[in-house]
Amino acid sequence: MNFDFSDDQKQIKDQARKFLSEKCTTKTVRKLYEGTAGYDAVLWKQIAEMGWMGTAIPEEFGGLGLGYLELCVVAEELGRALAPVPFSSTVYVFAEALLAAGTDEQKKRLLPKVASGELIGCLARSEGAGAVLPKNIRASFKGGRLSGTKIAVADGMDADYAVVLARASEEAGERGLQLALVDLKSAGVKRRKVTSLDPSRGTAELTFDNANAEALGKAGEGWQNTSRVLDRAAILMAFEQVGGADVCLVMAKDYAMSRYAFGRPIASFQAIKHKLADMYVGNELARSNAYYGAWALSTGARELPLAAAAARVSATQAFDFASKESIQTHGGIGFTWEADCHFYYKRSKQLGLALGPQRVWKDKLVGELETSNAA
Amino acid sequence: MDFEDNAQEAAFRAEVRAWLDQNAKPRARREAGDPLDERYDASAMQRAREWQKIKAEKGYARVTWPKGMGGIGGTPMQSIIFGQEESKYDVPAGSPFAIGLGMCIPTVMTYCGDEVKQRYVKPAVEGSEIWCQLFSEPAGGSDVAALKTRAVKDGDTWTINGSKIWTTGAQFSDYGLLLTRTDPNVPKHKGLTMFHLSMKAPGVDVRPIKQASGASGFNEIFFTDVKIPDSQRVGEVGQGWQVALTTLMHERLAVGGGQGGGLDVPQLLQLARSLELEDGPAIKNAAVREKIADWYVRSAGLKYTTLRTMTALSRGQ
Repeated sequence: MNFDFSDDQKQIKDQARKFLSEKCTTKTVRKLYEGTAGYDAVLWKQIAEMGWMGTAIPEEFGGLGLGYLELCVVAEELGRALAPVPFSSTVYVFAEALLAAGTDEQKKRLLPKVASGELIGCLARSEGAGAVLPKNIRASFKGGRLSGTKIAVADGMDADYAVVLARASEEAGERGLQLALVDLKSAGVKRRKVTSLDPSRGTAELTFDNANAEALGKAGEGWQNTSRVLDRAAILMAFEQVGGADVCLVMAKDYAMSRYAFGRPIASFQAIKHKLADMYVGNELARSNAYYGAWALSTGARELPLAAAAARVSATQAFDFASKESIQTHGGIGFTWEADCHFYYKRSKQLGLALGPQRVWKDKLVGELETSNAA
Repeated sequence: MDFEDNAQEAAFRAEVRAWLDQNAKPRARREAGDPLDERYDASAMQRAREWQKIKAEKGYARVTWPKGMGGIGGTPMQSIIFGQEESKYDVPAGSPFAIGLGMCIPTVMTYCGDEVKQRYVKPAVEGSEIWCQLFSEPAGGSDVAALKTRAVKDGDTWTINGSKIWTTGAQFSDYGLLLTRTDPNVPKHKGLTMFHLSMKAPGVDVRPIKQASGASGFNEIFFTDVKIPDSQRVGEVGQGWQVALTTLMHERLAVGGGQGGGLDVPQLLQLARSLELEDGPAIKNAAVREKIADWYVRSAGLKYTTLRTMTALSRGQ
């Protein structure tokens, strides 16, 4: 049985933790909360110098070509540190979209820039409140021109390029959809900052008015391509969520052991012990589901969509629970701006919604179970 | 990262399979069931004992124990591999012997002399003698050390009075590991002493407890002036709590090391497809789908946590 990361992969993880513990403390996160920048450009540059963006990008496209297991351990550490950088949008989503649907020319042109940190990418799907369904996609991509509005685009304020889900023909439902690739500096592109729960990520409304855009993948395959990218991103993001959830448990435990009430540490009260035990169980289940996702991602197993949905649901539940229970364990101070607890709570919400809510992934999970257990 | 055996594990698995092929028939479908709910009639018990003896002769009854004692001196991983392979064959479950071999005998092996070990280990591992563990009492559930069953010494003989409860398998046990209070005048953890005794001794009264399921896995035991020679003491007088902790550490391994059956997805989906609700088939209902997803995520999480634990064992961590 060999269901764990290798020593080399663990070494990459240790190095990442050491680096981030010096360069990205909660003070770094707080600066973003209290400033106007959408991400920490200094940290982004340092991460780029370490080559993290190119971890899983093949060498022929300018990456390190290490693999997805290596990217998973890096993701976990970025999640632990709440790194205020557009890593997930750029690496898990944008790069994966290019790898999944791009032409060789597109990959050669853009992936080296992703790997070097010169290019920040994002994915624009939703067009407003409500479910993201093929019938709700109104943005139009025809003759190399894109028009429409996308809202709540994660890292959209800072991205250089966007992958946009748009309607390329009058064909109904999925069959009319295609992905478009847009340079956000092009004429006809407008961005507006959207206030979101997590101010350490620059969320935007993107408006396209007859903007120049190129096809990414074939017409009619936009929905499937998006779905494939989201599956892969969900696994990588699950590692960020598991990392964040683990820190919530450590913070809660440390606080409970040092805070005294009625003459004893509050950690000695059963009400607190139960919280910590429940957090631990949730975190371990999420970690195990994420590992299965990592295995599927690294081997291209056909179980990947099921593994991705399970990893996503489990990690979203664990981080949500741990971030809330950490606040409760801290008591009054946990509700203040001054304490760090709210950073984790807000990040858990941001990550839990970024690729679609739990409800959608649960439905997808059962759909996968139905397919693999056909009547 | 993968789910493969290493070379040594693969070789052992092949060895185990070859032996099982010679000694048993493959099982058609793995049956789920709570071992506590198993009803052991005389013939089921006889089959369980026979299979246990065959395994003990080969050294597969307790893979990690030394050769000649029902084991092969194997690694914990080899023990897991044997269990995985055995579960694919139509053989009796080993649960009547689990408490004795998982907890009682390891304690005897730690604290008793060679004479005692030679007398009890072999019959236990071969399945001819079954053991139970007599710790919990009616008045103190989780707080084991608050137990009240008294052992009073007179010359070389101890007299036991009191009762125990939740004792798994006591109704078909030959021997028991008994935790008693020998000194009521010291703090609770310090006044305890452990013994082993025959469950057939005069004054031992075993009464099965009927569970909600209708089966009886647990028992209540009453001790009335039961006589035990001092030679059946396990550990020193007053050292009972430390001895009990040894037993309980083994309990953690015995309970935590298992691989539960998990969620039966095909069966659940079949039910959800066939069940008609107010708004159509259950499988189309959002609330039902959400429940199935929640169950699956917990079950899969548990399964992969077990595989992570096995990996740690396999890597010798």
